[in-house]
Amino acid sequence: MLYRQRLAWGALALLLAATVGVAQEPIRPDPVRSGRDFQAPETRAMQDDDGANPGMLWVARGRALWDEAVGAARRSCASCHGRADETMRGVAAQYPRVDPSSGRLLNLELRIQQCRGERQDAPVPRFESDELLALTAYVAHQSRGMPVAVSVDGAARPFFDAGRAAYFQRIGQLNLACTHCHDANWGRMLRGDRLSQGHGNAYPAYRLDWQAVGSLQRRLRFCNTGVRAEPHPFGAAEYVALELYLAWRAKGLTVESPAVRR
Amino acid sequence: MRSRLVVAGFLAGAALAASAWAAEDAQNEPLTGVPGDAARGRAVVLSRTLGNCLLCHALPVPTERFQGDIGPSLAGVGSRLSAGQMRYRIVDSTRLNPDTIMPAYHRAEGAVRVAGPFRGRPVLTAQEVEDVVAYLLTLRE
Ligand code: HEC
Ligand code: HEC
Repeated sequence: MLYRQRLAWGALALLLAATVGVAQEPIRPDPVRSGRDFQAPETRAMQDDDGANPGMLWVARGRALWDEAVGAARRSCASCHGRADETMRGVAAQYPRVDPSSGRLLNLELRIQQCRGERQDAPVPRFESDELLALTAYVAHQSRGMPVAVSVDGAARPFFDAGRAAYFQRIGQLNLACTHCHDANWGRMLRGDRLSQGHGNAYPAYRLDWQAVGSLQRRLRFCNTGVRAEPHPFGAAEYVALELYLAWRAKGLTVESPAVRR
Repeated sequence: MRSRLVVAGFLAGAALAASAWAAEDAQNEPLTGVPGDAARGRAVVLSRTLGNCLLCHALPVPTERFQGDIGPSLAGVGSRLSAGQMRYRIVDSTRLNPDTIMPAYHRAEGAVRVAGPFRGRPVLTAQEVEDVVAYLLTLRE
């Protein structure tokens, strides 16, 4: 190889390290802090008191739906899964998770849709419908206080890699990636919002500005449109992969759903 | 030998890149033939749909309640930077800092998945950038 070529390679290696390699290193925030820590004291108090937390209304609705026989098969969730407080304990903490039969990465909403459609032979509840949010919040609630514990190895690895790439990808007219707000600047003020570390452990969460419980993907769509990027549709594989990366980043945090946010 | 050459190449590359970065930090040529208008620039800076600079910067405008603290305060920036330096940073600050959070305000290329109404357009027009520069020059210590 010519000396000049080596020079060029050296410069290229440096440029690559500066623009791609370093920026895409998976990084966990240190110290890891839940979004709860960045909320006003009143909001935290609302989350901590089940009597005051409006998200608990969705959990109660989910509890009723759990036992309701639906679809051609007249089966309820309980027909297959029994008592949620026993069988669903710790489940949400492991999602998103690869579905072994299809090889797809599913988040909790997609899994519940699959049960409704395929096992209960019932209409599939739409994304962000009260029915799907209530069932998801009810199942997630069974893991409250348990550490987020997703697998990112084996079959999950390609999804994790895709999620990490999405997390570091600059997008939108403002040309920003998740990392710019949630790794580099957490704790600082973005106009009226105090930036958190961008963890998903709150969701489904009750947001005061929504006056409702919403999914993690609803929040991700806001972060996308905030930088003037085209959001993906609900349930898009890109978002589920991103959810997996977020769950990996959240190591050390516990499931808080239904949390309360501004 | 081989590895020493590689290391030499790497260092030379680093030196080249560093000197290229250090040399350029101003864009003295105005983007338009019309001088910037500070009053219009102030409106662009404060507008949530145009500059929205308060997302990240504080400004000496006490009537604005919510001001960001991600970037440095722009109070007194007119005494710190020349018009050319401001233009350089507003047009595309990734030229100074590839990891910056500050959006490139007058660069339409290279953006990914831009939402429909904004596609193919920079955040600010050339004239709006000139107006913003004129306003920032009035912020003196
Ligand atoms: C321009 C800044 C910005 C960018 C870029 C951004 N976000 Fe956010 N994000 C916010 C703000 C502001 C909030 C609301 C305050 C908070 O909780 O951090 C938020 C909230 C969140 C939350 C909710 C945290 C909680 O506890 O309720 C998650 C999760 C999140 N962002 C993930 C992401 C991901 C993933 C991306 C990239 C696809 C992203 N964000 C890009 C500004 C941003
Ligand atoms: C999303 C965050 C963000 C937004 C929005 C933003 N900036 Fe910045 N700005 C920064 C950061 C961070 C820096 C510090 C340098 C760096 O990291 O690149 C900076 C630096 C600057 C500087 C150099 C200041 C100095 O003292 O050296 C100027 C001038 C500036 N910004 C002007 C503007 C103007 C004008 C707007 C709006 C049209 C704007 N910025 C919008 C984040 C932002």
